[in-house]
Amino acid sequence: MNIILKQPSVLPGFSLALGFTLFYFCLIVLIPLSGLFVKTSGLSWDQFWNVITDPRAVASYKLTFGASLVGALINGVFGSIIAWVLVRYHFPGRSVVDALVDLPFALPTAVAGITLTSIYASNGWIGRYLEPLGIQVAFTPLGVLVALTFIGLPFVVRTVQPVLQDLDREVEEAATTLGANRWQTFWAVVVPELWPALLTGIAMAFARAVGEYGSVIFIAGNMPMKSEITPLLIMTKLEQYDYAGATALGVVMLVVSFVLALIINLLQWWSSARHMNQ
Amino acid sequence: MSLFSSTTTADKSLQWKDSITTESALVRRLLIGAASLFLTLFLLIPLMAIFTEALKHGLAAYLSSFADDDALAAIRLTLLVAAIAVPLNALFGVAAAWAIAKFDFVGKQILISLIDIPLAVSPVISGLIYVLLFGAQGWLGPWLLDHDIKIIFALPGIVLATIFVTVPFVARELIPLMQSQGREEEEAALTLGASGWQMFTRVTLPNIKWSLLYGVILCNARAMGEFGAVSVVSGHIRGLTNTMPLHVEILYNEYNAVAAFAVASLLTLLAIVTLIAKTVIERKTASHDRRKI
Repeated sequence: MNIILKQPSVLPGFSLALGFTLFYFCLIVLIPLSGLFVKTSGLSWDQFWNVITDPRAVASYKLTFGASLVGALINGVFGSIIAWVLVRYHFPGRSVVDALVDLPFALPTAVAGITLTSIYASNGWIGRYLEPLGIQVAFTPLGVLVALTFIGLPFVVRTVQPVLQDLDREVEEAATTLGANRWQTFWAVVVPELWPALLTGIAMAFARAVGEYGSVIFIAGNMPMKSEITPLLIMTKLEQYDYAGATALGVVMLVVSFVLALIINLLQWWSSARHMNQ
Repeated sequence: MSLFSSTTTADKSLQWKDSITTESALVRRLLIGAASLFLTLFLLIPLMAIFTEALKHGLAAYLSSFADDDALAAIRLTLLVAAIAVPLNALFGVAAAWAIAKFDFVGKQILISLIDIPLAVSPVISGLIYVLLFGAQGWLGPWLLDHDIKIIFALPGIVLATIFVTVPFVARELIPLMQSQGREEEEAALTLGASGWQMFTRVTLPNIKWSLLYGVILCNARAMGEFGAVSVVSGHIRGLTNTMPLHVEILYNEYNAVAAFAVASLLTLLAIVTLIAKTVIERKTASHDRRKI
């Protein structure tokens, strides 16, 4: 039996480092997470199915996934434009803008939540101009969309930006020299290079938005069937000591998260494989 | 013709090379305009709103928000939780990066993917799993009750949930860096007679210090700002298990907007410091790389 589990190395500390890593990670992450699945297995299939297909739950999926998708697509458009402007153009304050893009990532979600709510409330800075137009943002599904767009922004910018930076401009020059106009060059040369990174960014923004809680609950209004996201429904069930219901919905969310993480991994692999080929 | 005409006159800072691969002035202005509009709406206005709301009734009202006992207790608890969670996750990050970056072993790729799991999980679920383990109806609940140990609705639960949410941050910064650095320098140190500890403190640590620092800062920002996961396990007991983000929620729901935004402004300053630190450290490592080349 000569299966080599580890390549020999002169460096010390492998067993200690890996041992601690696995011990800590199992204790903090893997064992508690697997507990969620074990707990669900205590439910019968019918019970589980009834909880996760309850009309209120289904309404919450529609809102959560719908708003996350639209938010991610908005970020796909504006995130690409922002990345393009940051990489290609020089303007005063560029480094400040560049740093600011990470704000939604660094700002605690509760702070984002109360801030967006106060801005988009009917007497808020932006809300007061939307109110006469008949547009209500705060305490409606539109508010959920605003919050989910806010928190997803850095993901698209930060995945597209490095690819744009590494893009070889000589290829664009060649296209131009060969008679392509700027638009043709952009579609035929730049976009195919950006595509994998853009999709990765959109998928990451979507994945983040699906699980988001803090920034949404303040602005959403949280009306069952209308503006209630799935994480909030889990929270509500927990507060009513409906552990089985909370667990069942938790499993649904967790499986979705894992599938999304897998898709993102594949996209990243595709993206970097393309880079290698160059 | 009109596509490129502007670049010769309007923008002299662009070199000729750039000039044939850029857009017309109109397109450029439209793109910059769209980016500015979006960033103003989503980043600048919220940022300004936080401080405007906090200072709405003047500086005295702002400062008096922090004189409150519950606010102070929330600040103390947040600092305490971060003081426990961040060093533990930093230790985990260094250990994981050392094993993953410097050695080849079976299952390495799986381990790298696993470490990111907490980032993919909804914060509410991060809290839920500990309630299922340690809550009154959880597996260990009866045993904990018999031994008078409180985890859920107490400090240990808050610390656990915070650790869960912030586990990957240091490791994620260190793994790619240490992989790119290879192991030659450490091997050289060992060949020259250094002990394992000497090699680590004199070769490895100086090489990773900036990324380690950035990972710690990110981890800390998230640890102090975590809301969803902590909200599930905290129980919201004023003055006892309320962290700063939870205190913001309570104040806001009581229509005490000035106090809510005052506490929120502290968390915002923390976020701004984090962004500045990121920018500074990125410059430092970039200039460091240039020197190496």
